Amino acid sequence: MKGAVLPRPAADAGADAWHDYVYLRDNPRGAYEEYWHHTSGCRRWLVVSRDTATHEVYACQDAADAKAVRA
Amino acid sequence: MTSYRLAGGGLINRQMPQNFTFDGRVMTGFAGDTLASALLANGRQLVGRSFKYHRPRGVLTAGSAEPNALMTIGRGGRTEPNTRATMVELYEGLEAQSQNRWPTLEHDIGAVNGLLSPFLSAGFYYKTFMWPARFWEKLYEPVIRRAAGLGRASYEADPDTYEKCWAHCDLLVIGAGATGLMAALAAGRSGLRVILIDENADLGGYLLSETALIDGRPASAFVRSAVDELESLANVQVMARITAFGWYDGQVFGAVERVQKHVAVPDAMRPVERLWRIAAKKAILATGAEERPLVFGGNDVPGVMMAGAMRSYLNRYAVAPGKRVAVFTTNDSGYALANDLEVSGVNVAALIDSRRDAAIAYSGKARLVHGGFVSNVQGSKAVEGIEIWREGQRETLDIDSLAMSGGFSPVIHLACHRGGKPRWSDEHSAFLAPDGLSDLTLAGSAAGVFGLQAAMMSGAKAAEAALADLGVAHAGVAMPLVEGEIVPEPAKPLWSIPGIKAKAFVDYQNDVHLKDLGLAVQEGYGHVELAKRYTTNGMATDQGKLSNVNAIGLLAEARRISPAEVGTTTFRPFYTPVSFGALAGASHGKHFQPVRRSPLHGWAEKNGATFVETGLWYRSAWFPRAGETGWRASVDREVKTVRSAVGLCDVSMLGKIEICGPDAAEFLNRIYCNAFLKLPVGKARYGLMLREDGFIYDDGTNSRMTEDRYFMTTTTAYAAGVMNHLEFCAQALWPELDVRLASVTDQWAQMAVAGPKSRAVLEQLVDDDISNDAFPYLGAKDVSLLGGRLRGRLFRISFSGELAFELAVPADFGESIADAVMLAGKAHGICAYGVEALSVLRIEKGHVTHNEINGTVVPADLGFGKMVSTAKPDFIGRQMVGREGLVDAMRPQLVGVVPLDPTVSFRSGAHILKKDAAATLENDEGYVTSSCFSPHVGSTIGLALVKGGASRHGEEVQIWNGLRNEFAIGRLVSPVFVDPAHEKLHV
Repeated sequence: MKGAVLPRPAADAGADAWHDYVYLRDNPRGAYEEYWHHTSGCRRWLVVSRDTATHEVYACQDAADAKAVRA
Repeated sequence: MTSYRLAGGGLINRQMPQNFTFDGRVMTGFAGDTLASALLANGRQLVGRSFKYHRPRGVLTAGSAEPNALMTIGRGGRTEPNTRATMVELYEGLEAQSQNRWPTLEHDIGAVNGLLSPFLSAGFYYKTFMWPARFWEKLYEPVIRRAAGLGRASYEADPDTYEKCWAHCDLLVIGAGATGLMAALAAGRSGLRVILIDENADLGGYLLSETALIDGRPASAFVRSAVDELESLANVQVMARITAFGWYDGQVFGAVERVQKHVAVPDAMRPVERLWRIAAKKAILATGAEERPLVFGGNDVPGVMMAGAMRSYLNRYAVAPGKRVAVFTTNDSGYALANDLEVSGVNVAALIDSRRDAAIAYSGKARLVHGGFVSNVQGSKAVEGIEIWREGQRETLDIDSLAMSGGFSPVIHLACHRGGKPRWSDEHSAFLAPDGLSDLTLAGSAAGVFGLQAAMMSGAKAAEAALADLGVAHAGVAMPLVEGEIVPEPAKPLWSIPGIKAKAFVDYQNDVHLKDLGLAVQEGYGHVELAKRYTTNGMATDQGKLSNVNAIGLLAEARRISPAEVGTTTFRPFYTPVSFGALAGASHGKHFQPVRRSPLHGWAEKNGATFVETGLWYRSAWFPRAGETGWRASVDREVKTVRSAVGLCDVSMLGKIEICGPDAAEFLNRIYCNAFLKLPVGKARYGLMLREDGFIYDDGTNSRMTEDRYFMTTTTAYAAGVMNHLEFCAQALWPELDVRLASVTDQWAQMAVAGPKSRAVLEQLVDDDISNDAFPYLGAKDVSLLGGRLRGRLFRISFSGELAFELAVPADFGESIADAVMLAGKAHGICAYGVEALSVLRIEKGHVTHNEINGTVVPADLGFGKMVSTAKPDFIGRQMVGREGLVDAMRPQLVGVVPLDPTVSFRSGAHILKKDAAATLENDEGYVTSSCFSPHVGSTIGLALVKGGASRHGEEVQIWNGLRNEFAIGRLVSPVFVDPAHEKLHV
């Protein structure tokens, strides 16, 4: 599953990598990963794993922590 | 003979008579009546006309599924159409009107539709009115809308108030019948925070209509003691008159409470309705079951009623349906009714049981017909008799009212609101709730458990399970003993009935009858979702509560498959209609949305501003003066004053963001496409922010106040968006950068002081040296004001193209500082100017806004190509801004445009065509993005995005506005109309 939370490619990663990063997403019925923004609260960006059909939230992580973990 | 009130019995209060009117006629009921029971008690069985055929209709149910008895209640702004009389509590002075009839309910011209019914079958709109298309709007639709319909809404404003609330609990119990009361008692005694809600005014559900005894007492006495106990528990909240209408994400239930819908004149200090959002850890759905009608000819004649409803009217409201009653049933529930009717002294002429082999014992006086069916009802405005079909023989029977029971459908709507599909159970002859629901349990007849005793046990067990899940000990609850009940065990469903001659209705409210469903199958629309739309079955305001399961059964039979294979249509909120008032809550009129006022709002008012709403902001548009003939006169004067002397404009609503931290410079360098790393302290710079796809997102100035502190401005409308974007970049993309962001839009009052005299004015307030040498163009610094009394920030930036400053002071000082500037500027001829003049000044200077930055332009399109850094290793948009299509020389580019004849004007949105080209889409060369009358040029001027425009200065073009039929010959010119060498900025 390729959700909205993708590592930003290196500056010299090439046109294909950038096209892929900017435009291409899966759109599944089921498990998905996306960015949420707690705009009326702590104003943190969060990585939320969620089921698009049932809206069940499986996991939630601060976007900064998520990046550190994935790096 | 019509329905009438019995001399004794019932739960009504005969000491409290209540007068009401129906179609202007005064009638009397009692406290405890519903409008429906009171009408029946007054012998009123014809209460409405049907939607399509205008057939006479009577009260069918005693609850919220009622499809027929829809009335308009109240008058003036309190007029409420389509109210179900079965749910309206009677009160003194209630005014009810029947609907969809003209001139009267008895003599309705629209009933001619019944004669036209061969032409009004399912799908008739599509077949009949397809052609000619132009007749739709003018002829067909108005005629159809007039003929078919429900009540009419009032055009007067609603005088009442509504509000919204949240509630939180461990356990929400929906429905306070036998099941719900036991569940709430079990959970409440164990200490859970329980909310028990019921849509009716009186809790108890069907217990209030039962004759069975509970612990040796009437069921209503059990209800009273249970409710008393629940209300005495501090951890239990009991609410009546509140309908749960939806189950939503995060285990939140929507519910609407009718706080004051049962009074003639609501208390103005309280809302009439309250919209609740109830967050519950666990929920028990104890919503009961809906009795299914039977589909026989004339099953809609007034006097035909659901058996359970007839029993309610008899036992709870002491209303007898007539003098000679027949009961048609597929299950044992009809027997309970027949017994109760007999006890109340009503003659039961026949008990017709479709089962040949019913096991239940019957010792009543009625003639028992096993294996029989009611095929047709005689009469139109009232039941005159029935035709009984048994083993191929027809027999007529003279009766005046008929009860029917086709079994029970559990009320599972809420359980299906989050995507789960109901499942058909042959054992229950019904659809049950989806499997795998977490935190929502169904109990009692909603779960297919029938009978009071079993329902009570089911409720208590559901509460026990919730307690166990929440880890709370169960306090134990003694099970009351039910005596003398007839349990309506599920029986084989009866879909098709033999011998039908008259119209047999499936969906009463939308007038869908048996043949319509047959037609749907015959014409290939037999799939449940297609049949629904083809016939409109289930699409009325009752959402098919009575009709859907019958329609599915009939479709299944016609297609020779099981109801399980037919499946159901999708259940969606709302369970019953919810008023717009409740949904809007307090958000209307001046509370519709918040208002943002600039810190200089008072200053603008004092100076006579005309305000304009932009988003939430009120901005000063212009400042009219005596003798000025229109807005243009004011704006022209303001523009000229700025160009020749000095003006003050409120720019407080610009987005302002403070960026600080050791990595702030690096952060901004990655945010903007132009260089920011080496911006010196004390300097401002214009910055362009791209999106990752290379297009411009926003522009604005950014000033380095200290080594690690920057002050960014954004476009007013993009303030929130830019903040979100910066936070995303700081948190998700580059968390390793040490940078902090704060929105300071509301903390600073900011004013543009522009014009050749601006320095002379500001020097009177600013203590620091602001001469051109000390504080040159693009200077930015903290300054001392009024002899050290206040500190502010001064920026030497210019949107107008004149010598100009922007002065920011803490918001609370904004108005007094603006006053001080006006005072200091008086001798220099200062004027206040608004956003209209601001716009003229910037168009004259060729400065862009989001009129030009329209989401499809890259920096080069606006002449900013050289700003895009080639030296920076990375910034947002770097990789995509250089794409092939974005560097094409024939892209739309910013250009100025003027009319050849200065007396001719044009507007924004007009299209640019080559000089001799025809006005067609394929000849389109671009469009005017901004335009205004320029006092400096002496004519209308515009900015435009035109193909290859940067290299076409001097070319004659057509300026064409097809929408307004306007046309001008113009010339493409440089977009900078004033001071092209930018000398004025540096004086």
